[in-house]
Amino acid sequence: MSAILPIVLDNLSARLGGRPVLDGLNATLSRPNVTAVIGPNGAGKSVLLRVVDGLVPADGGAVRFGLRPTQSVRRALVFQKPALVRASVARNVGLALIPARLGSSEVRDRVEAALRKVGLADRAGDPAGKLSGGEQQRLALARAAVTEPELLLLDEPTANLDPGATEEIEELVAAMARAGTKVVLVSHNLGQVARIADDVLVLWKGRAVEHGAVDRVLANPRTPEARAYINGELPWTSFAAVS
Amino acid sequence: MLDTIVSAFALIGRLDGDVLSIAALSLRVSVCAVLCGGLIGVPLGALVAVVRMPGRGAVIAVLNAFMGLPAVVVGLVVYLLLSRSGPLGAAGLLFTPSAMIIAQTILITPLMAALTRQLVEDADRELGEQLRSLRLTATQRARILAFDARFSLAVVVLAAFGRAVSEVGAVLVVGGNIAGHTRTMTTAISLETQKGDLPLALALGFVLIAIVLAVNAAASGLRWHAMRAYG
Repeated sequence: MSAILPIVLDNLSARLGGRPVLDGLNATLSRPNVTAVIGPNGAGKSVLLRVVDGLVPADGGAVRFGLRPTQSVRRALVFQKPALVRASVARNVGLALIPARLGSSEVRDRVEAALRKVGLADRAGDPAGKLSGGEQQRLALARAAVTEPELLLLDEPTANLDPGATEEIEELVAAMARAGTKVVLVSHNLGQVARIADDVLVLWKGRAVEHGAVDRVLANPRTPEARAYINGELPWTSFAAVS
Repeated sequence: MLDTIVSAFALIGRLDGDVLSIAALSLRVSVCAVLCGGLIGVPLGALVAVVRMPGRGAVIAVLNAFMGLPAVVVGLVVYLLLSRSGPLGAAGLLFTPSAMIIAQTILITPLMAALTRQLVEDADRELGEQLRSLRLTATQRARILAFDARFSLAVVVLAAFGRAVSEVGAVLVVGGNIAGHTRTMTTAISLETQKGDLPLALALGFVLIAIVLAVNAAASGLRWHAMRAYG
């Protein structure tokens, strides 16, 4: 088991623009490999990733990574839309190594290895903006992988991709998880969750309402909120029914 | 009037020495000022765009307000600093091209900083979250965002060059419009018009406009080519 496990989300609260988004969220992620985070829009999934990454400070509560000090955990976050600089593919990957202050030859070697992993080694010199959507997301994964993260946070990485590109990303994520990286994946694609996740955390209005093995949660959700989401009931339907 | 225009083109056509030396000095002063202003203004603007600090709004307001600094006031301030009794009088820079470069640098640095700040802030909205998640420092992020916006920054350089090469107040006050030494196109146009030598004034005007157009065309071409390459 990785030294960063279990990841404990202890009574987490966070606000965005003054609005509470996480509201006393509690969960313990003990399993290695891939944890999927699902839930309706506005449930707090993306904010949870940002809080775990350290990008958004928590208003209350804490994130603990096993017995490790938070700052020592190598984390990488990949967004739904790959944010790429107008520069070459290799230079975009190299950005992630700037804080490490490595020598230029080591940077070159690590960038090359990361690009090989995602099948973009032959595009290293091309402008990143010229890549297809799927290739850009693979580049974003290479940029995350080059820092050898212990925790990889993915925010709907295939939301804008076609099935072929989605499959490539899923294979890469699964390979990284098999290689020992703990992956936390936010997705609305329950098929994808079933294919690559080991456990599922269901969020609802900033709280964790269910957490368990993927097969069990998807087949037999125990809470009404998880059941409503997984069975495809849209939040406004439930709201309309209540009102 | 037609005679004046014909005479002006004749001066340009026979590569009149006065016209060429005045144009060369103008270019030298303005290009140096843009380089100095860029070295200060671009990093300053990029940093203001990414650093969140108390008083940031005031800094932005000052930068924006100073975009419209009156050239003659800048000239006056630089004159006071460089005059023999001023704090920098010992350097002996007054009425030299260096004094003109200093004045133009002061004039265009806020312009370059304010426009850079806006461009980098726009880039930050798109890339900032990703760069922060890569644990980059504010200085590193500012550098990367300015690099990302480099093709748009060409417009900043153009705007600064246009302001520098076309201003007359500051260079007149600190340069003194000394023939063959500190006479630029704008000060010469002003002087020759007053003297009634309209062909020379007009010839210098045409050269000035041609330079501005050529620089704009070159920068636009470069930007278009780069945008096609990098998207």
